[in-house]
Amino acid sequence: MPLAAAGPTGGRMPLSYPRVQEDPAKSGLEGEARVQFEDVHLSFGQRRVFEGLDCSFARGRISVIMGGSGCGKSTLLRMIAGLVHPDSGRVVVAGEEIGALAERELFRVRERIGMLFQYGALLDSLTIFDNVALPLREHTTLSEADIADEVGRRLVAVGLPDTGALFPRQLSGGMRRRAALARAIVTDPEIVLCDEPFSGLDPLNVRRIEKLFATLNEQLGISLLVTSHHVPSSLRMANQIVFLVDGRAVCGSPQELRHSADERVAGFFAAELDADASPENGP
Amino acid sequence: MNTLRKLGFRAYSFIVHLGRMAVFLGAIALNTVRPPWRLRRFAGELFDVGVLSLAIVCLSGATVGAVLGLQGYTTLTRFGAENSLGAVVGLSLVRELGPVLTALLVTGRAGSAMAAEIASMVTTEQLDGLRMMSIDPIHFVVTPKALAMLVAMPMLNALFIGFALFGGYLVGVQLLGVDGGTYVTSMENAITLEDDVAGTLLKSVIFGALVGLIATYRGYTSEASSSGVSAATTGTVVTGSVAILLFDYVITALWGV
Repeated sequence: MPLAAAGPTGGRMPLSYPRVQEDPAKSGLEGEARVQFEDVHLSFGQRRVFEGLDCSFARGRISVIMGGSGCGKSTLLRMIAGLVHPDSGRVVVAGEEIGALAERELFRVRERIGMLFQYGALLDSLTIFDNVALPLREHTTLSEADIADEVGRRLVAVGLPDTGALFPRQLSGGMRRRAALARAIVTDPEIVLCDEPFSGLDPLNVRRIEKLFATLNEQLGISLLVTSHHVPSSLRMANQIVFLVDGRAVCGSPQELRHSADERVAGFFAAELDADASPENGP
Repeated sequence: MNTLRKLGFRAYSFIVHLGRMAVFLGAIALNTVRPPWRLRRFAGELFDVGVLSLAIVCLSGATVGAVLGLQGYTTLTRFGAENSLGAVVGLSLVRELGPVLTALLVTGRAGSAMAAEIASMVTTEQLDGLRMMSIDPIHFVVTPKALAMLVAMPMLNALFIGFALFGGYLVGVQLLGVDGGTYVTSMENAITLEDDVAGTLLKSVIFGALVGLIATYRGYTSEASSSGVSAATTGTVVTGSVAILLFDYVITALWGV
């Protein structure tokens, strides 16, 4: 799917904010940290979520955030989005320290970010078409015909071609999440945050979304930060894995973490892969 | 000592809430004059608050008017003043019962629905979704709702009073035999535009602003859980109703309307 040629960054529409147009691999920017956590501490009441979290996410890469349930994967994404602020430490996104920005200033940073929430977060009162079209209507000067064209293309990309007229309540959970993904990527943001995008999807759609991520990453240079429990797909698509354990991060390539000296990390991958390979799961 | 501490904490929380509500009101006011104008969303909200409340407001108005006609007639007959029935029904409806009862009814029907809708948007991360699209939820969701409440309340109040006067007329004139001309003339002579009608308009506008503010604030600041939704809904009805009665006294005491 040639998103780069046809998408909003294809040169047809004047977006109101700076966009990543270049291929990061060619521009020499690939690998530059777009998101950085520096000594981040965060607690919810008595529960400590992060205790000196240090990690960075490179530009133009697919990074998968993994870890056990409740380790803070979604919270990490919400901190990048400025929806949760750390108790101490710095979160730097695209060169701006998130904690130092007021809500209105955060909007400027968020215009560079697309986010897929765990349960979609589509607006109940709008159709799927209007949900996906909303960021374009709010932040671009595109005509309705161009918006319809763009929205249609994104819905096809996520495998929901004929759902525009439906309301979110008329879709299954997995379909809602895919529609929300279409909304998250419709403006071709610099960074896309995806909270459990594979949860509840059938294997065909897991592959479809993986392929879409790869296309977005390769053709538009979008940095993808994905939280996932799905080890096989993470190993297939990730350039970098950030594994959260005990409020800190262990970072590395998929192969490095799979064979990590830390038993908790290696054990997580082994357990998941064993479960996938077990006879009960079929061939 | 423990009770004193609890009381102090409650008082402190109350003041903090009042402060936050004032900031929230400021944000709504600011967003009202900040483009883009969300006229379609405003029209949709006006439909939800106004049109969908029509049945309950009109029916209640007619019933209250009828009861007022019956009670008024019984009382006035004791003093031989049944010819003043129109004035008594009209004045009590326009000055007091119309705006207060309309506001209470609208709080129960539309205010609670408003709070529940916003609270469920908090729970399902829809407001965070808007923030992530760089859309201010106060601009997109809250302001059209609060404004719709402000605009709908005086209109619903007028309808309530209209139906109540009709109900009073039916009972007083058709059922109890008061002369129709006397009924209408005594009402016309008693109700003044600059005092009574302006007063009812002032009250209903203030109540509309109050209910809109309380409903949106309770929804917007609710906990992201199902109990948060129910707390926001109940809180809106309870706080809204008490605030309406308190403000009714204040307005009456200050301006004599």
